[in-house]
Amino acid sequence: MFATYLRRELLGRKRQTLIIAIGMALAIALVIVVNAVAAGVQSAQASVLQSVYGVGTDITVTEAAAAPADGQAPGQRFDFGAADGTTTDGTTAVSSSRLEAGRGTTTFDAAAVSTASGVDGVSNAVGVLSLTNTTFDGQIPGGAQGQQGGAPTDAGTGTGTGTTDGTTDGTPPTGGPDGAGGSAFNLDSFTVLGYDPAADALGPLTAVSLTDGRALTADDAGTDNAILDSDYATSSDLAVGDTFDIAGTTFTVVGIVTSTSADGASASNVYIPLDVAQTLSGLDGQISSVYVQAASSDSIDAIKADLETALPDNTVNTQADLASSVSGSLSSASTLVSNLGTWLSILVLVAAFLVAILFTISGVTRRTREFGTLKALGWSNRRIVGQVAGESLVQGAIGGALGVALGLIGILVVNLIAPTIGASTTSVQAAGPGGPGGGRFGAVASAAASADVTLQLPFTFAIIGIAVGLAVLGGLLAGAFGGWRAARLRPAAAFRSVN
Amino acid sequence: MYQLTGVTKSYSQTKRTVTALKDVDLTIADGELVMIQGPTGGGKSTLLQLLGALDRPTSGSVMLGDADLAKQDDRKLGELRASEIGFVFQGFNLIPTLTAQENVETALEPLKVSGPERIRRAREALESVGLADRATHLPSELSGGQQQRVAIARALVKEPRVLLADEPTGNLDEQTRDEIMDLLEGLWRDRGLTLIVVTHDSEVARRSPRRLRIKNGTVAER
Repeated sequence: MFATYLRRELLGRKRQTLIIAIGMALAIALVIVVNAVAAGVQSAQASVLQSVYGVGTDITVTEAAAAPADGQAPGQRFDFGAADGTTTDGTTAVSSSRLEAGRGTTTFDAAAVSTASGVDGVSNAVGVLSLTNTTFDGQIPGGAQGQQGGAPTDAGTGTGTGTTDGTTDGTPPTGGPDGAGGSAFNLDSFTVLGYDPAADALGPLTAVSLTDGRALTADDAGTDNAILDSDYATSSDLAVGDTFDIAGTTFTVVGIVTSTSADGASASNVYIPLDVAQTLSGLDGQISSVYVQAASSDSIDAIKADLETALPDNTVNTQADLASSVSGSLSSASTLVSNLGTWLSILVLVAAFLVAILFTISGVTRRTREFGTLKALGWSNRRIVGQVAGESLVQGAIGGALGVALGLIGILVVNLIAPTIGASTTSVQAAGPGGPGGGRFGAVASAAASADVTLQLPFTFAIIGIAVGLAVLGGLLAGAFGGWRAARLRPAAAFRSVN
Repeated sequence: MYQLTGVTKSYSQTKRTVTALKDVDLTIADGELVMIQGPTGGGKSTLLQLLGALDRPTSGSVMLGDADLAKQDDRKLGELRASEIGFVFQGFNLIPTLTAQENVETALEPLKVSGPERIRRAREALESVGLADRATHLPSELSGGQQQRVAIARALVKEPRVLLADEPTGNLDEQTRDEIMDLLEGLWRDRGLTLIVVTHDSEVARRSPRRLRIKNGTVAER
């Protein structure tokens, strides 16, 4: 009888059933989509961060960039002596390559790794050295054409050479690549990450997978072997077994890796052993970042505090800090979801609950005669309340099922559209390989700190469960109010309303 | 069957108290057919509610057999209504979304009758009022007379001792009125029911040898 009566009521009062179910469905769908967007945005943030910091890193230790010393230019400088380069037909060809910490990256003592490892709750800590290799390659007129060759001053870490045979007798300029005294320069750079191949996997290398050749092992320490990012290898026409130069040293490509993060960006173009990177860059015993993994996610805040105490000159960031550093439209989306989305969900949910409650109470009032008759027939309050609550519960469940379907369609639509969201980690450049790129490698070099992420909304059974639970809760609330109203009816009062 | 002694029923309305029944003494025997007449507001419905265990008197006692309805709690009154008392209303009071068969079954719900038994008894009740072929019809698909027959089947399916009818022919034309009254009288006679009918219609009232008139809260034999 219960089921028959319930079914007949819901089918017999389709409009009320539909209004309550649709209201509930819209609210549930909104909750599902907003939660999915929040999860998608969070995933996108993690993806952006992972491309820079790797998978599994809980905390990063860096050092804030310091202002350049007096008289030291902030940019890169290449000096060539008068005898540097080779000159042919009045044109001097000069070339110089150097490996150094990128702009915005500050190096510090590698002892910080052992310091971090010694902090309670730290399960792993590795140090890396983020560098930029810049190659200056140009043609200038012969030395007599002017001072293009530059003064034979200290060439720093440069390795350039050059010779001139020009004159300064007032005749029209000649030489140079255009034959009229002009010059042409090519400036290429790519990022290089030095890491300890013997250390446990942590940091940027965890966000890439090997696609060809082999990874660096402990035996590669001190060798001129390198792993290349696949994009960089493709654009440089390099493959496993080929050789290329870093700071004038010839390296052999032993492996190719590709990013596993959603945005496809890798932390670096080239990966080499840490000791080699330190030697070539003149940064012996120096690193630019320490990646720290906590034994338990519960202890991250405590570890951060201990690290700040143990390494007072360094900057310590947790993943939560780093997530807040993600900017761009991804950050806007995150803010929008957190604020507007959440409140909109709550608002619509409350409205749907209210609609369900009001419609149920209104329905009970309209059915006063019906319930009065049932009481006159001997139906107990409990039986009538159960009937009203059952109807509301089923209405809520129908709304929940519709809402889940609508929500899943919403997720599907968003995933099919696959909106692209821009994101950058500008405020934590000091921690990443960073540095301004240039030449043909510039785009890849900067991608580690700035990326377009395709938003993909995840589907989880947990959120479906929550949504259905909310729908049932809405139904129960409406049923409780409606039942309470029905229970208060006295059979005699219902009888009087008949006539 | 019924023994009312010193029954008074008052209702509190805004700033005043209305006394619907005043010190009523009344005896109704088992198997009796009683017609109750009186002007609107005279207390007919109030008396029917007290007899039907739908309300309690302000003072006095309403004995149904051995049970004083004035002293029973809501649960007990509900049980009495479910097993002992059948109602027929002027407006039929059928559940609009249930079929004729299902409407009749609602009277057996509080008695915890099993599903197959409930269906069988409801079908038999509909047959007894000549509506076996309308079992699957909704109330909106039935005429007024047919709806009242369904209501009578619903009142009788639980085999009550008392049938209380409040203006059972009030919404019907003369021909249908006579059909319904013939049906009620037939059932009363065949089943040995106690039948108490409230009516404005003197034609209907004349069918019974015992008629009561309620006016200003007092009951008098006619």
